[in-house]
Amino acid sequence: MQCVAVPAIFPGWPGERGDINKKIRITLNGQERILEVVPYRLLLDLLRDEMGMTGTKEGCGTGDCGACTVLLHGKPVNSCLVFSGELDGADIVTIEGLKIGPELHPVQDAFRQDGGAQCGYCTPGMLMMTTALLRENEQPTEEEIRFALSGNLCRCTGYAKIIQAVQRAAEMMREKKITEAKG
Amino acid sequence: MKRPEPFEIFQPASIQEARELHIHHGPGGYFLAGGTDLAIAIKEKGLVPRYVVDLKRIGSLSGIRENADGSLVLGALATMREVEISRVISRRFPFLSQSAGEVGSIQIRNRATIGGNIANATPSADVVPALLVLEAQVTTSTQNGEKQVPLESFFLGPGKTVMERGDILTEIIIPPASANLRGEYIKFSPREMMDLAYVGVAVALLTDGDENVCREVRIALGAVSPVPMRARKAEAVLVNRVINEESAERAGEAAASECTPISDVRASAAYRRHMVRVNTKRAILNAVCGRPGNLPWVARRERRY
Ligand SMILES: Cc1cc2nc3c(=O)[nH]c(=O)nc-3n(C[C@H](O)[C@H](O)[C@H](O)COP(=O)(O)OP(=O)(O)OC[C@H]3O[C@@H](n4cnc5c(N)ncnc54)[C@H](O)[C@@H]3O)c2cc1C
Ligand code: FES
Ligand code: FES
Repeated sequence: MQCVAVPAIFPGWPGERGDINKKIRITLNGQERILEVVPYRLLLDLLRDEMGMTGTKEGCGTGDCGACTVLLHGKPVNSCLVFSGELDGADIVTIEGLKIGPELHPVQDAFRQDGGAQCGYCTPGMLMMTTALLRENEQPTEEEIRFALSGNLCRCTGYAKIIQAVQRAAEMMREKKITEAKG
Repeated sequence: MKRPEPFEIFQPASIQEARELHIHHGPGGYFLAGGTDLAIAIKEKGLVPRYVVDLKRIGSLSGIRENADGSLVLGALATMREVEISRVISRRFPFLSQSAGEVGSIQIRNRATIGGNIANATPSADVVPALLVLEAQVTTSTQNGEKQVPLESFFLGPGKTVMERGDILTEIIIPPASANLRGEYIKFSPREMMDLAYVGVAVALLTDGDENVCREVRIALGAVSPVPMRARKAEAVLVNRVINEESAERAGEAAASECTPISDVRASAAYRRHMVRVNTKRAILNAVCGRPGNLPWVARRERRY
């Protein structure tokens, strides 16, 4: 079992108090970890500044933009509004955990092919939300995609290509499933 | 964005333990449910808790269940997303699922709880008007044992409720209702998603026969008074009358006259009042048209009359 000592990257934030640190056990991208965390630190900061997983982005910090979306117990949430001290027993998947092995995840591949990313800042959040959507709904309509992504803002693409990419990802995942079923 | 000042987080496993922690550690403690209001208060509004008591480990506070008598019990920690997609709620009270589905984004709704929405006591809280027209009761765990109060008398002002320090909201009870009850919730905001209600209107009614004679009606308004309110004058306009464009219009006028909106960044008081008139009428007429189960969100805001 891996025990990561914290703080690792940015030690000593102003006003830090070690006495209230909390030991938590989490599963992060499929790996079990025991961490000593600062309870009031945001999950977003825990990931970026302590675990070195900078794929998850901060846009607004107030739950409005979705750039910080991660899966918590399989469900998409805004990591900018979650405290580390709540996380004992949590199963967390970030953008770093989407791709397993050398191949891109179909959602990543579809966004790449369709130009669903421009500056890329919103992209990790978009990909996590899309992954969550396609798990619940294999063949979403355009309206369902817009509904699911309404908490993910993008200032570059105008959304058209993102929607196209989600539809392509859905198609790729359905095809993959059929091929796998055929063995 | 500002980062939180240091505070400790406790995770009690029972209501009793949570209340004791609160008493033991004294002032400056806050209960935490989904944190979508609390984290914003800490990050944006300068709230500095001394400690936080997370309620999410208390199993008895979650879940949605239907009793044999037809009443529904919603645990305070039921998330907005759970209320939105709950089969029993979308079958029996689709407008309540919809009101939960109008909150924020899916990410927010996976965390935000129905109890947090009520306890936070924002005048614009989306689930409250729908719960008011269902005459919901709320149960709180207090120093003097369990208490049950009608949701209508739970709110005292913006951010203020009858709960005292250390009290925990445990469940929301929706009393048995006729299978013929029809309802509607309209969240009026210029943006379709990710905005707070400028005006919220919920309607629940029972009618007789094909002529749509109104037997019973309840109308509630959000975001247009210090606390979410029942629009009793508007209700009185409709009782025992045929529901049609004209009577709905008059009920809308009554609702507009009895609310007390304020002007703020979102809208002026006059605009809110006008939107109460329009949307009360619309909600009444939508309610009598009924809706087939839980409509997809795109159809929710359509005018169906
Ligand atoms: C981006 C964003 C969009 C939003 N959009 C909407 C919207 O469209 N409509 C809307 O109505 N709201 C909206 N909200 C506000 C918020 O999501 C809701 O009010 C939510 O239901 C609050 O629940 P919570 O579990 O997150 O509460 P928390 O933040 O955990 O708690 C809120 C307050 O209530 C207290 N509390 C919580 N549970 C209990 C309990 N069981 N007993 C006693 N006290 C308790 C806490 O101590 C705290 O003071 C939005 C918030 C964000 C960040
Ligand atoms: S950074 Fe979390 S929602 Fe914008
Ligand atoms: S690609 Fe730039 S914000 Fe979406």
